[in-house]
Amino acid sequence: MTTLARVFRRTRSMSPPLLVGAAIIVLMLVCVAAPSALAPYDPLAFDYSALLQPPSLAHPFGADNFGRDILSRTIYATRIDIQIALFATLAPLLVGSLVGLIAGYFGGWPDLLLGRIIDLVLTFPFLVIVIAIVAVLGPGLINMYIAVSVVGWVFYARLMRGEVLVQKQLDYVSAARVLGYGSARILFRHILPNASRPILVYWVTDMALKILLGSSLGYLGLGAQPPEAEWGVLIADGKNFFTQAWWMTLFPGAAIVLAGLGFSLAGDGLADALDVKR
Amino acid sequence: MSATPLLSVKDLGVVFSTPRGALQAVDGLTLDIRPGEILGLVGESGSGKSVTLRAILRLLRGAATVSGQIHFKGEDLLNAPERRMQQLRGGSIGMIFQEPMTALNPVLTIGLQIEETLAAHGLRQGRARRASAIELLRQVGIPSPQSRLGAYPHEFSGGMRQRAMIAIALAASPTLLLADEPTTALDVTIQDQILKLLKRLTSELGMAMILVTHDLGVVAETCDRVTVMYAGRVAETAPVETLFAAPRHAYTQALLRSAPHGGTPRTMLNPIQGQPPHLAAPARGCAFAPRCDFAVAQCSTARPPLEALAEDQSSACLARDRLPPWRAA
Repeated sequence: MTTLARVFRRTRSMSPPLLVGAAIIVLMLVCVAAPSALAPYDPLAFDYSALLQPPSLAHPFGADNFGRDILSRTIYATRIDIQIALFATLAPLLVGSLVGLIAGYFGGWPDLLLGRIIDLVLTFPFLVIVIAIVAVLGPGLINMYIAVSVVGWVFYARLMRGEVLVQKQLDYVSAARVLGYGSARILFRHILPNASRPILVYWVTDMALKILLGSSLGYLGLGAQPPEAEWGVLIADGKNFFTQAWWMTLFPGAAIVLAGLGFSLAGDGLADALDVKR
Repeated sequence: MSATPLLSVKDLGVVFSTPRGALQAVDGLTLDIRPGEILGLVGESGSGKSVTLRAILRLLRGAATVSGQIHFKGEDLLNAPERRMQQLRGGSIGMIFQEPMTALNPVLTIGLQIEETLAAHGLRQGRARRASAIELLRQVGIPSPQSRLGAYPHEFSGGMRQRAMIAIALAASPTLLLADEPTTALDVTIQDQILKLLKRLTSELGMAMILVTHDLGVVAETCDRVTVMYAGRVAETAPVETLFAAPRHAYTQALLRSAPHGGTPRTMLNPIQGQPPHLAAPARGCAFAPRCDFAVAQCSTARPPLEALAEDQSSACLARDRLPPWRAA
């Protein structure tokens, strides 16, 4: 069987939400991999003959106040936003899972400490605490990743802890102890793979949330900095011209909605496919 | 007959502290198991059978307090360092569980789970490890073991999973196997197969086994000796024929009388009246006294000691000489 036929067979067994979500994510990954192949113009090139031009055949999404092509800028912006989706979730995923794993398995004072830290972080509204941290560190993508990671890991830790508490009651964990396995082997080889499904599902959904957060911060001038193309930055650029040039905000906004939809659908579909209860 | 015991448990006590007070799950339990023999551990639910097994491997943690002495081949298990216990668990002492459905890791193949046990105990490498995994599966009667190595637990039936569990437990050639109701979750035909398999394996490998069960039929069929437990204490220990022919404890008699017998249709069963005592308040005297037909005043004030009788039998019953003559059914 050819690879293509195999891919086709796999996709046929996928549920509609998962399929649509995966298709949107694949589309965005193509934009990430080869933006120059898709974008008709250089996203940073000024064109004074096309200032604030409405959507047309030459500029399907219109042009901005410097004559830059919105379609090209939206495509190039995918790169930054997917980067946000990954970098803003990777450290929380790894650190949070590890902390949750250890706290859930060993209990005792690490567990108590984790519980208090989670309570503490949850007391603050998420966006407010992230903005406060970025305000201290200064705006920019790297600082945004740090801020999001400092807060975000507790959600993964909480989820993983709960899952480990369930898994460690199951017989196969007692069986592993009875067979003389050490704690590290039991934790990473036996509990982790069994406990990781809800975390993976949450991770995919969390990427949608982090894209929204990244563009919100970009819009507020705390995330990606102009002239870099990022959807939130594009919307912020467009807001001053909203009455004359609605296309400057509409299309990047639609891209955010599409990205959010894609990851949410993929997350939901994955939850169904992996039989994760939420 | 009285060879040095492989495992000797003396005066074992297990107390669980719960929010509603202490529970005495095992109370002054004493038992010996000799090399190569099968010891049945019988009792009602909550009589402390499974807790005893877990205490032997020091698997109770947190809320449990364990007292007494446990010696395995002369080694003091209750005071051994955790590292040493890890070597013993799955090494010299194997254990199998009641629920083969959940005791295997669902995300690893059967072959990997067997090989992992070998790896954890530093036994064999690479190819040889794989070969012994196949050999173990063959030993427990799984057909075409080579092609089954890559199968996941969900692809196995209940009986097959229990066989796979046994294969994993046997991987490091233990000298003692703890079997915690290994057949309770299986249907009757499979039960019989698994029991025969365990019996065959113990004699082939010269391994001793403690078989926890509440099924007297299983005991009669499988065991060499039996220890009857009630409310966390030993009621009686005897060779299996002696126990069924001449029980010397009022509880054992009542238990045997309550079991259905084949061949005598339409007779009423004789249940033991009442409930087992609550473990929060251990009885001062004999734990069975409130339900016992032969109890005298002394039974509920002084705890009857476990006394050795003739023919390798011992019983903790003050009424043992006043029991009605027993005719084996």
